[in-house]
Amino acid sequence: MKLGLVATSALIAALSTTAVSAETLRLLTWGGYAPEDVIALFEEETGHTVEVTTSNNEEMIAKLRATNGGGFDLAQPSQDRITSAQEEFGIYKPIDMSRVDAAQIIPSMLEATATNTTFDGAVFGLPHVWGTSGLIVNTAKAAQVTDYVDLCDASVAGSVSYRLKRPTLIGFAFSMGLDPFAAYADADAYKGILDQVEAKLTECKPNVKTYWDGGDEIQNLLRSGEVVAAMAWDTGGWQLNADNADITFVAPKAGALGWIDTFVLPSRGRADDAAYDWINFVMRPDIASMITNTAGNFTAAVNGDSEVSAELKARYQGSFDQAAIDNIKWYPPVPAGLEALEGATLDRVNAAK
Amino acid sequence: MTSTADLVCRDLTKDFKDFRAVDHVSFEVPQGSFFSILGPSGCGKTTLLRMIAGFQFPTSGDLLIKGKSMIDVGPNKRPVSMVFQHLALFPMMDIGKNIGFGLRQRGVPAAEIKQRVGRVLERVGLPGIENRQVSQLSGGQKQRVAIARCMVLEPDVLLLDEPLGALDLKLREHMKIELKALQAEFNTTFVYITHDQSEALVMSDNIAVMNKGQFDQIGTAKELYYEPANAFVAGFVGDANRFEGKVTAVNGQIVTIETEGGGVQQAHASAKVPSIGQRAQAFVRPEAIELSKTPFASATHPNASAQIVDSVLFNGANSVAILRDPKSGETLQAALPQTGEFLGLGKGEAIHANWNAGQARCFVAEGQ
Amino acid sequence: MVTDRSKLGFYLLLSPLLLWLVTLIILPHIGLFAVSMSEKVGVREYETGFGNYAVFFNEPLYWRTFARTAFMSILTTVLTLLLGFPIAYYIAKLTRGRTKTTLFLMCLIPFWVSELVRTFGWMILLRETGVLSNFLQYTGILSEPVEFLYNDAAIMVGLVYTSILFMIVPLVTTLDSLDDSLIEAGYDLGGSGFSILREIVIPHAMPGIVSGCIVVFMLSLGNYLTPILLGGKDSLWFTGLIYTQFITRFNWELGSAFGFLLLGLSSAVVFLGLKLSRQSLSDTMGR
Repeated sequence: MKLGLVATSALIAALSTTAVSAETLRLLTWGGYAPEDVIALFEEETGHTVEVTTSNNEEMIAKLRATNGGGFDLAQPSQDRITSAQEEFGIYKPIDMSRVDAAQIIPSMLEATATNTTFDGAVFGLPHVWGTSGLIVNTAKAAQVTDYVDLCDASVAGSVSYRLKRPTLIGFAFSMGLDPFAAYADADAYKGILDQVEAKLTECKPNVKTYWDGGDEIQNLLRSGEVVAAMAWDTGGWQLNADNADITFVAPKAGALGWIDTFVLPSRGRADDAAYDWINFVMRPDIASMITNTAGNFTAAVNGDSEVSAELKARYQGSFDQAAIDNIKWYPPVPAGLEALEGATLDRVNAAK
Repeated sequence: MTSTADLVCRDLTKDFKDFRAVDHVSFEVPQGSFFSILGPSGCGKTTLLRMIAGFQFPTSGDLLIKGKSMIDVGPNKRPVSMVFQHLALFPMMDIGKNIGFGLRQRGVPAAEIKQRVGRVLERVGLPGIENRQVSQLSGGQKQRVAIARCMVLEPDVLLLDEPLGALDLKLREHMKIELKALQAEFNTTFVYITHDQSEALVMSDNIAVMNKGQFDQIGTAKELYYEPANAFVAGFVGDANRFEGKVTAVNGQIVTIETEGGGVQQAHASAKVPSIGQRAQAFVRPEAIELSKTPFASATHPNASAQIVDSVLFNGANSVAILRDPKSGETLQAALPQTGEFLGLGKGEAIHANWNAGQARCFVAEGQ
Repeated sequence: MVTDRSKLGFYLLLSPLLLWLVTLIILPHIGLFAVSMSEKVGVREYETGFGNYAVFFNEPLYWRTFARTAFMSILTTVLTLLLGFPIAYYIAKLTRGRTKTTLFLMCLIPFWVSELVRTFGWMILLRETGVLSNFLQYTGILSEPVEFLYNDAAIMVGLVYTSILFMIVPLVTTLDSLDDSLIEAGYDLGGSGFSILREIVIPHAMPGIVSGCIVVFMLSLGNYLTPILLGGKDSLWFTGLIYTQFITRFNWELGSAFGFLLLGLSSAVVFLGLKLSRQSLSDTMGR
């Protein structure tokens, strides 16, 4: 009788562990960060299944806000957008560092991300993919464009494009000799910087062909030659470079803007085991290389570039010499409420004639 | 101007892709007369009317109204008006606006329109209904409004496309008389098309019987009824008993026909006299058949025969008896006068029938 | 018993409609309204009030965009009507049988692909290195590439194209029900083509015209993709503002207020349109 009870509980325990170990991971991420082949390997190795939803920073936050942090088990917003969202909406839960294989992650990046994503004493983010925004230039037609403000030059009038979003404000501010990141904590100083940038962007407006919205859109504009210089992401430039050697990513004189996309756990995520399994899996050097080859950006994995294609490395090195790397302006965490100021500025630029 | 006719058609022909709807039709309609075109559906009468109205263009031929050719004149410029089959009153306008539509198109001043609409409504017997909606009128009232809408324009010719078809029987009988009275009241030329012979017979001054795109005969109601020009007219206008057989003898215009069943009839051929051996048809009106309880003398009555009553269809003054020839099995419809002698006639009774050869019409059978 | 049972049946049939109305329309709107009434005063601190609505009226950008969106939607509706009416008349009155079905299907074909694809189609046609610009250079009308995209005219073209089917369908239906003999009677009584159109065809088609206009106006006003993708630097659209408030600014409160204002605007314009055309909503939708 007693033996039977033990056997039954053992069976139940066995069943429940398999139930726990095979979970469905609902991943909210960027396009290219979860390639099919990586998912297949992960599912084979762990027994979890992965459902991918691709999105961008703002939509990730909006989605999680709408469900109070539910509906997804792992999300990948940029590190500068985490603390303010956590402060306002409480949509994440802290990372349990004991479950992360920290040795796989480059220590400096791990530390920087931890610092930037700490809120109320808890760490909310782990670094994954990093990259920069800068300039994509058709060097045959607009080699003179080397900095953000050069987009306003008369020689490229009507053939220029950028987004009407916060990176544009930041980039122009740096290139105008201002330091917006230093002013983050001081709303009035920041407002002053924004006003100068607003004047510049308004003056620059006739030069712009269109404000681009999606990555495909700006690539099409550059590929067709309708736009010869634009502010955009580095990967876009490298992808275009593969088709047309004239077009490539240029790190602006004022410095490329560096971002790190992270791993965060939504507060009401259900499959934490699968989430940690995924983090530890994709930070392996071989898997990290696979992701870099599809996404075009490098990862925070130790030796993550070991199996990255030679062409991509060459393009990266072509855009960034050591000085340019040192000059990258890494986004610090955005204080809550700053976006409202930026929004008003962007609206006014949009409405200006 | 040599012709006093309001409407003249000369060799009017209309070809459609694969058939000829109207085939060399010529006729004249004198001013102030009521002219009907009678024919079965598909005979081309609607096409003919639409050509007169201007909605279709003739392939060849000419069309004159008051002596002027209308071939190149659009429907909105012709001095004709049409009462449509379903009347086509405009549901989006009240009665006054409906009737005033044509006047407004001509640029008549509003005050005059109002006056003329009021007057025409009085003439059709519906004074003061200008502000009513179309849906508030009865079938007969709509009919009169439709006519008023045309007549207010004082057209030279009024075309009517089976306008009574949608009415119930009782109202139809009533409207026949009313239409005739309205025509007399307005003294306008009416061209009326119908497939209902009784409408045509009652109202018309002249009737054209149309068949397969051609006019078979034009004449007064009486002429069509008593002197049909061909077998089609004889069969289509009024009721008639029809016999078909081989011609065995010809005596002047009196033709003797022997039917398949062995019956022998004599009839009068008014048009073309058939020759012996040809196939021919004979038509006898039910009211031309004389009934008797005693046998007719066969020597003086060549069309006499002994019959059995098959059934009696009682319809008051229009009652008929269906008789059957016991030898040939052929049936015969005879008018049954509701007088003393045959009042109690019942099924299965023996009776004798006879008709005068002069009252039977003989035509060469078609295709001969 | 019988009436009880039929009453039960009535409520059973009614329940899906009620459920749909309450859970998918009324409740979200109550929620949206509640959100629009909460003003943000600090981190996770809110107050009830009309502050968000005040922001709309105090910021010229917002109400100018609002007026611009309404004006352009009305213009789209008028253009769609002017373009759609002859097409609908041709399909309803001048074609028969197979040709009619074929033409109708051809109007439908663009709707077999998503709005995004359709809009990209226009982008390929209108862009500086696009089909139209190249064709005009090839024929010698233009000497150098011209950008047809990224302006208000491109938005108009896209919106008319996207919504014309919703104008043609109700128009074909109402024009189909117009008895040909009414038009013939009009001619017979001396009417010209124009007076028949004005006095007979248009009054008859009025319910179709109004319902088509309502649908097209609503679709244009609420469109997001077409104005964003085809429009230029200055081409603001109110739905774009709502999206920005909700998604990029995390300002649900202002976004909700904008949403309610859009609802009010569209209702007001439809109401005005019905009044001006002397149609009632029940006439128009009851068809």
